[in-house]
Amino acid sequence: MLDKNGIAKRIAREVRDGYYVNLGIGIPTLVANFVRDDISVEFQSENGVLGMGPFPFEGEEDADIINAGKQTITTLPGASFFDSAMSFGMIRGQHVHLTILGAMEVAENGDIANWKIPGKMVKGMGGAMDLVASAENIIVAMMHTNKAGESKLLKRCTLPLTGVGCVKKIVTNLAVLEVTPEGFKLLERAPGISVDEIRQATEGRLVVEGDIPEMKI
Amino acid sequence: MAPGTISLGAFLFKSYFQTIGKHKNLMINKTVSDVRKALEGVSDGMTFMLGGFGLCGIPENAIAELVRLGTKDITCISNNAGVDDFGLGLLLQKHQIKKMISSYVGENDEFERQMLSGELEVELTPQGTLAEKCRAAQAGFPAFYTPAGYGTEVAEGKETREFDGKMYVLEPAYKADFSFVKAWKGDEAGNLIFKGTARNFNPCMCGAAKITVAEVEELFPAGSLDPNEIHIPGIFVQRIFQGERYEKRIEQRTVRTKA
Repeated sequence: MLDKNGIAKRIAREVRDGYYVNLGIGIPTLVANFVRDDISVEFQSENGVLGMGPFPFEGEEDADIINAGKQTITTLPGASFFDSAMSFGMIRGQHVHLTILGAMEVAENGDIANWKIPGKMVKGMGGAMDLVASAENIIVAMMHTNKAGESKLLKRCTLPLTGVGCVKKIVTNLAVLEVTPEGFKLLERAPGISVDEIRQATEGRLVVEGDIPEMKI
Repeated sequence: MAPGTISLGAFLFKSYFQTIGKHKNLMINKTVSDVRKALEGVSDGMTFMLGGFGLCGIPENAIAELVRLGTKDITCISNNAGVDDFGLGLLLQKHQIKKMISSYVGENDEFERQMLSGELEVELTPQGTLAEKCRAAQAGFPAFYTPAGYGTEVAEGKETREFDGKMYVLEPAYKADFSFVKAWKGDEAGNLIFKGTARNFNPCMCGAAKITVAEVEELFPAGSLDPNEIHIPGIFVQRIFQGERYEKRIEQRTVRTKA
């Protein structure tokens, strides 16, 4: 089974040379730590920066330079700042190649829910609805089950949707899956995890074809 | 045309540029003395746009003045709602806000309490849609189509339309009485330059309300800023003043240690 860093490490392998990448809050943010250094990528943060760098050294924080998680950050050579309308122009206009975000639920048809639990938690969608509606390539990073042990990969989402039919790939602590017209197609198993364990943790339709390889991280 | 003569057009053109330099009033001065003058005309029940992302790039002086004025029943268009004791949280504390239009409100307990108890009306809007609804108001578009929110509760009751096989939602431009924005540098003509990610929604809100009030960290005489470097031309700004005592609070101070 993978931990959060393991999920981030596996997703980092999906990042290709020349990609502009938007990372969501949580596990997706960790992906930046594991991207191979022989490829060129730039990280976009929707609050208005391309070319995001690591956190600043202590004493060098600048209140005017933050990421979408409101964390202090630095910029790398080649970075740029822009306003929110232009930032979402990059996203809506499909200039950002890859979006990695977290989810509360994903359905076998690619629907995603990650912004609201009626009556309990209403924080808002932030940029998630814009991102999932427009990105050509969306990878969801999440735990396979919730804290109560219930599957987060469902036949149909039960929570209010963030977007419809938009998720392409999911990386969890148990598996790598692709959303296909037939359901969640199992591509890889996490180290030490069997196909049966994945099947038990997946409520939506799971498609298993042939031998499923173990992930290489 | 005989050698040495010029056409009528060229003559008028030349004489315009000979005269324009002598004209004394070819810079429209937008400066007001202080925040009190800047907020003249603000009244209960108005709709305000406020720049900022989290606490980054918020109009701290205008918010403080709204608290002092005690303006009530405000509708705020702002990406976030501040934190409990800073930013728009200060207006929430005093129950001055009737309705919030935001994309993310996760950092404010008082906000959540007022929302769940029904004291506060809340309209959650996708972030890119919120930015564009401001920009549309600035640029004179009554509405636009966006794919964001299609098939979700955000699109309920809204017109949808297919373009090239993809579904879009029609979103109208915002209408607001005042825009309160914050920039790094500005000049007497109302030209603005922003710093870092404190830019965020501020440029989109300039000229998007009936009156745009810009507060700046440093106000310069006209001619001091390079026209090449201006982010927002003064035409979008009605009032500008130099702000005071910027706190610039950091929400999530994240650092790395030197190896």
